[in-house]
Amino acid sequence: MSSKPINVEEIKKELIAKMPTKVARKRAKSIVPGAGGSGEAIPEIQANVRTVPGIITQRGCTYAGCKGVVLGPSRDIVNLTHGPIGCGFYSWLTRRNETDAGPDGDNFIPYCFSTDLTEHDIVFGGMKKLSAAIQEAYDNFHPKAISVFSTCPVGLIGDDIHSVARQMQEKLGITVFANSCEGYRGVSQSAGHHIANNQIMKHIIGTDDTPVEGKYKINILGEYNIGGDAFEIERILEKCGITLIATFSGNSTVESFRKAHFADLNTVMCHRSLNYVAEMMETKFGIPWIKVNFIGAHATAKSLRRIATYFEDQELLDRVEQVIAEEMPAIEAAIKDIRPRTEGKTAMMFVGGSRAHHYQELFGELGMKVLCAGYEFAHRDDYEGRHVLPKIKVDADSRNIEELEVEQDATRYKPRKTPEQLEALKAKGVEVKDYDGMIGQMDKNSLIIDDISQYETEKLIEIMKPDIFCAGIKEKYIIQKMGMPMKQLHNYDIGGPYAGFVGAINWYRDIDRMVNSKIWSLTKAPWQSEGPELEASYVAE
Amino acid sequence: MALLRHTTGEIKERKALTVNPAKTCQPIGAMYAALGVHNCFPHSHGSQGCCAYHRSTLTRHYKEPIVAGTSSFTEGSSVFGGQSNLITAIDNIFTLYDPEIIAVHTTCLSETIGDDLRQISQKAKDDGKVPEGKVLIYASTPSYVGTHITGYSNMVKGILKGFVAKTGTPNGKLNIIPGFCEPSDMAELRRLCGMMGIEIIMVPDTNGVVNGPMTGKYEMFPKGGATKEEIATMGDSMATIGLGRWATTDAVNYLDADFKVPGTILGMPIGLQATDRFIETLHKLTGKAVPDAITFERGQLVDIISDYDQYLYGKKVALAGDPDQLLPLVELIVTLGMIPAYVVSGTAGKYFEDRMAELTKDVPYDCKYKCGPQADMYLLHQWIKNDPVDLLIGNTYLKYIARDEDIPLLRHGFPILDRVGHQYFPTFGYSGGMRLLEKILAAIMDRQDRDAPETRFELQM
Repeated sequence: MSSKPINVEEIKKELIAKMPTKVARKRAKSIVPGAGGSGEAIPEIQANVRTVPGIITQRGCTYAGCKGVVLGPSRDIVNLTHGPIGCGFYSWLTRRNETDAGPDGDNFIPYCFSTDLTEHDIVFGGMKKLSAAIQEAYDNFHPKAISVFSTCPVGLIGDDIHSVARQMQEKLGITVFANSCEGYRGVSQSAGHHIANNQIMKHIIGTDDTPVEGKYKINILGEYNIGGDAFEIERILEKCGITLIATFSGNSTVESFRKAHFADLNTVMCHRSLNYVAEMMETKFGIPWIKVNFIGAHATAKSLRRIATYFEDQELLDRVEQVIAEEMPAIEAAIKDIRPRTEGKTAMMFVGGSRAHHYQELFGELGMKVLCAGYEFAHRDDYEGRHVLPKIKVDADSRNIEELEVEQDATRYKPRKTPEQLEALKAKGVEVKDYDGMIGQMDKNSLIIDDISQYETEKLIEIMKPDIFCAGIKEKYIIQKMGMPMKQLHNYDIGGPYAGFVGAINWYRDIDRMVNSKIWSLTKAPWQSEGPELEASYVAE
Repeated sequence: MALLRHTTGEIKERKALTVNPAKTCQPIGAMYAALGVHNCFPHSHGSQGCCAYHRSTLTRHYKEPIVAGTSSFTEGSSVFGGQSNLITAIDNIFTLYDPEIIAVHTTCLSETIGDDLRQISQKAKDDGKVPEGKVLIYASTPSYVGTHITGYSNMVKGILKGFVAKTGTPNGKLNIIPGFCEPSDMAELRRLCGMMGIEIIMVPDTNGVVNGPMTGKYEMFPKGGATKEEIATMGDSMATIGLGRWATTDAVNYLDADFKVPGTILGMPIGLQATDRFIETLHKLTGKAVPDAITFERGQLVDIISDYDQYLYGKKVALAGDPDQLLPLVELIVTLGMIPAYVVSGTAGKYFEDRMAELTKDVPYDCKYKCGPQADMYLLHQWIKNDPVDLLIGNTYLKYIARDEDIPLLRHGFPILDRVGHQYFPTFGYSGGMRLLEKILAAIMDRQDRDAPETRFELQM
């Protein structure tokens, strides 16, 4: 850990010093200091803008966000990639979305479906092949739903995947829908999340009116069940007596999405991936939403209390307190054992579109400080808070992502709370439609960096020497070669769950193991140690 | 409940749908090949997802840093062409990362809009974006043609086109173009040639690049890889050997046609006879005697095969992968007295059909094999459902079939995401053959131990 006083402006200068002028000017706007707690002015950060070509980026593409992230974890949909083989291949089982299909349930997650377009299809069009592939998928697998994803060349040759989907839906009598998620659309995965969510909103949510039993009914938006996170959250909610209708989209099913409009509260985990779905569901069905965070034991407890407070029911409030009281002793025991070994250590996190914020709770519980953080594909509101939403300029890259206009559903709209009730809830600390973002909660001496590049990562580590770095698979071994542990926070390496109470303990143990591993002190051979050469005793004698 | 619970033995003809492919796309092969050139930075000309996916997959396979650039196309570049993105990228890469060489490959996106890499490279040079002494090389690798093997082949040829010259003074060396194989296999080729006393130029050579040491310092360009100076002299070599018909034919023919360096294409030296042919070819081309040490290793491999015949004979094997790897593996399987019951390769070629027919003609089983469209792991699994096998050989994606059908799996090929070893220990050559035998026998004998009733549980096997 560096003991030098930290001057974030100096560090920033160092990060961009070697870049060509235009690049440096652009990158400078994406690097800002934290605001040092609430009440301070939140600096403006540049986010959700194009990656600089040639700069080694963490980002992926729109297809990856659409197929890989959002629809991928829905186990009973046949997700059919329309394109050459690569895109389907690379998004095949690489996200660690755990799934419990039950004894009779559908589970297509271990399958990779592709139209495997070849040159002939690119020249003559791929629509016929797509219809045939949908038919063959139906004949072989009989799924409840088929979802089609277009890749880069499909957009260019102009295949009308939506009309093919409509025709096949009519022919087969199951839900068939398409996503125009070509990789070149938008500037990152985030565009793909939006496209997938829009299609789920349009084609699935609210299409089954079979009532759902339960006193306290919620949905979770933006939880992907990496390493079993959703299972732990489901365990806790069940213990509290809260009915979880749908998780978007970890361990999810088409059936659960169809009934999501019966929830009385939407809880938003990943603000980036689904805040607009929460908004649309409020407009259409009258379901309010609150921001929650199940990453961190105390964050989980706080989120449970917020949910219980929202329902304004003493029985639920008591039940939640009882569950927290039951779960906390194990957390405290783990902290007592581990914290002496992690206290005072430092971390950096550059990952996702909410995780780099959520995981600060867990590091805090270990007495560790996050020196620098940033998102891979977030927008300004994820950093600065939702109050900047009206000020965000819509540029050409955002304009080509469809914005759905939804209206009150004639039969399904039902306001859950009156404006007065919501105001009263606010007084109790439960504010709906609110998210403060990451910058406000980070130290003034920290740096917030959007879409960090490999070059900046390397510089930042050299200057600040954290004890652990969190990012994704592409960054992992670059950082480890520098003699520092790297925790994957998209895929968790092989770890997890890290959500909820059990997850917190898993995290404490994994971080303890990583920052205290002996191997990092053994990168040099004994004969490579600095200092005067040892005298060769045999020769000297 | 089975993981692949929707797979049944009822095989319906498919013409449009691929399920669980035994291949992937061109650019990843190009990226891997470029990593085998010293101080070379691979660059993907397309939208950034391709580059992210290829880096992720190679990283997961090697557990090593894999860096590459992307032109980060957005909608505008897709409409107006990717020239300005590529030129910006070239400028940024040389400024920030300072490689000697940038190896650009296309994607299905840049190919469909018709970006011309030769023209853009010239423009980058004319605009002064390529510093003195630095080089741009390129290959066209549309994802909708061929597979990752084709991409590897195209980039290898691109590398040669970028550097090879002819001075007319023979260098006394032999060119070796290995196919899409592991860095450990490339190291083994070097070791065998060294034992023969043959000086070689090997392109690409990923040994030392994607299986490097932990030193506490990150090197974007490690010591390994063929140097551009070395590659430049390949036109003066005595001959070229290409190992793997799909991955190396173009490069070998290029050296033959343009530089009059005579070429020979062999299968990858996996197993006994394929290695025999390789060593024999080295001997004939160079006139160097085969040293006793190599004959000794060969004898050891033959010894293992004869010692363990009883565990191998008649056992059925299903394989999926790349044809350059599969054909010598199948030959080995047949040599061992095993049955290559089912074989699929997403990479197509008539030679595959012909060679498979030849290799299996005396096998007492109706072996099924397929390459090209719909030659996927779903079909392989359906065949297995109808008549099971004793062993699976292929990449990590086969582990789902292995678990569902309770069949041992030997991981071989690309990608291997869940085991260590492929980076460090070769399967090429006689010693690589011994390693393969060790793994095949361990899989079969572990299984025998696991399944043996108490009365038949044996201490010695």
